[in-house]
Amino acid sequence: MRPETEAELSEAIRGAKGPLAVHGGGTRAIGAPQAQLLETTGLAGVELYEPGALTLVVRAGTALADVEALLASEQQRLSFEVPDMRALLGRDGVSTIGGVVAANASGPRRVQGGACRDSLLGVRFVDGTGAVVKNGGRVMKNVTGYDLVKLMAGSRGQLGVLSALSLRVQALPETEVTIAAERPLEAGLAALRAALSSPFDISGAGYDRGRALIRIEGMAGSVAYRAEALRQRLGGEWAVFSGQESAALWAGVRDVAALQDGAGSLWRVIAKQTEAARIAGAVGGRAVFDWGGGLIWLLLPGGMGHDLRRALGDSGHASLWRPSAGDETTPTAPEEPPAIAALSRAIRARFDPRQIFAT
Amino acid sequence: MQMPAPSQAILGRKPAIVAALRDVLPPDAVIDAPEETRAYECDALSAYACKPLAVVLPRSTAEVAAALKICHAMGVPVVPRGSGTSLAGGALPTADCVVLAIGRMNRVLETDYDNRFIRVEAGRTNLAVTGAVEADGFFYAPDPSSQLACAIAGNVAMNSGGAHCLKYGVTTNNLLGVTLVQMDGSVIELGGPWMEAAGLDLLGVVCGSEGQLGVVTEATLRILPKPEGARPVLVGFDSNEIAGACVSDIIKAGILPVAIEFMDRPCIRATEAFAKAGYPDCEALLIIEVEGSPAEIDEQLARIKEIALSHDPVEFREARDEDQARRIWLGRKSAFGAMGQINDYMCLDGTIPVSSLPYVLRRIAEMSAEFGLDVGNVFHAGDGNMHPLILYNANKPGDLERCEAFGAEILKLCVEVGGCLTGEHGVGIEKRDLMTVQFAPADLEAQMRIKDVFDPKWLLNPAKVFPLDTTASRRAG
Repeated sequence: MRPETEAELSEAIRGAKGPLAVHGGGTRAIGAPQAQLLETTGLAGVELYEPGALTLVVRAGTALADVEALLASEQQRLSFEVPDMRALLGRDGVSTIGGVVAANASGPRRVQGGACRDSLLGVRFVDGTGAVVKNGGRVMKNVTGYDLVKLMAGSRGQLGVLSALSLRVQALPETEVTIAAERPLEAGLAALRAALSSPFDISGAGYDRGRALIRIEGMAGSVAYRAEALRQRLGGEWAVFSGQESAALWAGVRDVAALQDGAGSLWRVIAKQTEAARIAGAVGGRAVFDWGGGLIWLLLPGGMGHDLRRALGDSGHASLWRPSAGDETTPTAPEEPPAIAALSRAIRARFDPRQIFAT
Repeated sequence: MQMPAPSQAILGRKPAIVAALRDVLPPDAVIDAPEETRAYECDALSAYACKPLAVVLPRSTAEVAAALKICHAMGVPVVPRGSGTSLAGGALPTADCVVLAIGRMNRVLETDYDNRFIRVEAGRTNLAVTGAVEADGFFYAPDPSSQLACAIAGNVAMNSGGAHCLKYGVTTNNLLGVTLVQMDGSVIELGGPWMEAAGLDLLGVVCGSEGQLGVVTEATLRILPKPEGARPVLVGFDSNEIAGACVSDIIKAGILPVAIEFMDRPCIRATEAFAKAGYPDCEALLIIEVEGSPAEIDEQLARIKEIALSHDPVEFREARDEDQARRIWLGRKSAFGAMGQINDYMCLDGTIPVSSLPYVLRRIAEMSAEFGLDVGNVFHAGDGNMHPLILYNANKPGDLERCEAFGAEILKLCVEVGGCLTGEHGVGIEKRDLMTVQFAPADLEAQMRIKDVFDPKWLLNPAKVFPLDTTASRRAG
C-alpha cells in the first residue's frame, strides 16, 4: 500500500486487516513479521516554506535529502543535525523526514539548539483508528491545548502514521571552527562539560577516538573570538580545524564512524553527563561520546546488556540497536518503571486499539 | 464564562471532606473558612471568582499525595494552583472543588553545575530559580514577565515562555524532569537529569497540560551559563509592513537576537505619555537585543544596523551605555502599566505567523472601529506572539462583554491566518470556548484521551481547556 493523500492513508489504516509495517526509507527494520507493508513515500512534498519566518511545513514521506537541499538553497538547515545511521546499521534506504521525527533523530548540535522534538512546531498524523489528527501548528509560541507534538516525536510509529510536519529551521552560520585535544576520557569529557558551562555557545561537544572535540559556529569575528577564549579557558593544547576538516570531524561523531566496522552488539546509551566515563569504563568495549557525554555509543561483546544496565543504574537508559550473538533475547528497548510502562501502554491502546502498529 | 454547576452532593458532604483531609494533613495545611479561602477564589483573570470548598497547602510530595488520594476516593474535583498568576483563569475554582496550592513547597533540592541542572520544589518562583544560580554565573532561561511571582509548577502547567524564548526556547525546551502526583495519589518520576526520554515523551505532554494530568511537585530544570553581555537597539518605522519586512530580513541574514519586540502607534503613544522614555512618534517600532562579548555584540548590531537602514527607518537608536540601554527598554517594559493607567484593559495572547503581522494589525484596527474599543499592540516579532491590549471600562455595563467579543474575534483571526489561540497564557477558561475554532473534534478527542489515561475520573482541573459540552460525559463519569 502506498497512499498518496491523507485521506488514502486514513482509508488504508481503517481497512487494515492486521498489523502494518510502516515503511519510509526502510532504514530500520520495523514491523511485526507478518505485517503488511504501508509505504509513506507517496505522501511527499513541501506545503509551505517561509525562510524569513524560519518555518517549513512538509509532508512526512518527503526524503530527508530533499528537505536538506531545499533548506540549503536558502542558506538554511535543520538545527538538530540528523545522523546517517545506514553504515552503522548495515542498511540502505532513503530516510524520510517522517522517519526522522518518529525517531527524534538528533546529532551533535542537539547540545545547542535542542533535539528534533524541540524544532517540531506541528504534526498531522493518522492514528490506528484512521482518524486524522492535527496538533501544534506552524508557530513557535503555541500553548493551545495539550502538546501532542512532543508525544509524537520519538514515538517510533506506535501512535499513528505521520502525514505532515511543521519544523522550525535555522540559518546556516557564516563559519565553523572545531577545537580538538587528545585527552584521556575523564579529562576529555570534563573539558566538554566545562565548554558547555561557558558563555561561548558551543554547537558540538564530542569525544571520539581519544580526542575531545568542541565546535563553534556563527559570524566570523565571533567564532574566532570564542574559539580563542575557549582554548584559554580550558588550557592545554588544542588544535584548530575549520571548513571541511571541521565538518568531517562532526560527521564522524554524528554517524559513529569509529564503530561502523566493529563486531559486537551496538548500544545507544543516554546518560547523566558526569556518569559517562564511569559507565563506559564499567563495561569496556569501544565507545563514541556525543552531547557532552550525554549520548554514548557502545560496541560491546554480546550478552552484556545486564551488566550495562546495572552500571547505568538510575543515571539514564540504554537501547540495543544492533544485537550480535549472545544478545538474541536481550530486551532492546530501555526498561521503564512499571507505572510509566502502564501509562505508555494505555496511551498506545487508545491511539491504536487494534494494535496495527505494534512491533 | 460558564463554569459547571457545583455538585450538591459534594457541597453537602463538605464537613466530611474537610475532616478527611485534616485527618491526613498537618493542622495548618487545610483551610475552609470563607474569609480565608477568599484569597484563592480567583487568579489574575480577576473578573471571575468563586470560593472553593477548601484549600490545601501541602509542604511535601507525600502531603500532596495524601490530599489527592482522599479527594479521589470521595470524588472531589481538585484545582491545582501555583502562585495564581494565570491570566487565563487556569486556577479558577468551582464551589465544590479543593484548591491545592503548592506555594509552600519552594526549596532548592539539588544544584548541579557540572551537569547543568537544578532541581526545585515546584512552588518556587521562576525568578527565585535564577536567583539560586546567578551568583555562580548561571540562569534559568524561560522568563515570563510575571516571574517575580509565578511558580515553576504554573510554568510547567502552561509551558510558559518569556522575553528570552526566541533564543532559548520555552519551558518544555528547558524542562528535564518532574515528580508528578496523579489524581489517585500515585507518585511518578518523568524524565531526569539526562537528555532524552526512554520511551514515549510523557514529560513533553505533561508540560502545557494546565494541571489536568497531575500535580507537579518537583522539577528538574536546565540551567545555562549567563552570556557575557547584551545590548538593545531601537528602530522606528513609518509603517508596520516595513517593520515586519525588517524583522524578516534580520532573521534571513542568520542573526538570532535574544529578543525582538514590536510596538504599534497606539501603544507607543500611551507608553510615551506615561513613561516618557523618549520613543519616536511613529507607526511601529522595534527593540532588538543581542548577546555576547562586547565585540560580538558590535558585530551583530553592525549587521542589524545595515539591514535596518536599508529599510529607511524614521530613527535608528543605539545604546552607548547601560543607562541608554535601560531607556530603550523603559517604554516597552512600561507598556502594560501605561495602558492600565488609561483604562482597564484585556491582554490577549494569540500567535500569528510573523509574515501576517501587517494584515492582522490592519484587521484589528478595523475591528477596533467596529467595536468602538481602542487597542494597542505589543508583539514578540521573533516568534509571532501578539499581545493586543484592548481598553475598556469595567464600570460600564456591557463593556467587559464587548471587550471579550472583540478579543474572541482577534483570536479567531489569529487562527485564520495560520496561528493559534494562545502563545503563552494557556487556554484556562478564557479561550476554552474557542478551542473548536482551532481544533476539529478528532483533534480534541486525541488530547482528551491523554487525560483519560492520567486521570480517568476527570477530577483534576476538569472545567478547563476543553469546551464544557465536549467534556460533559467524561466529567459526569
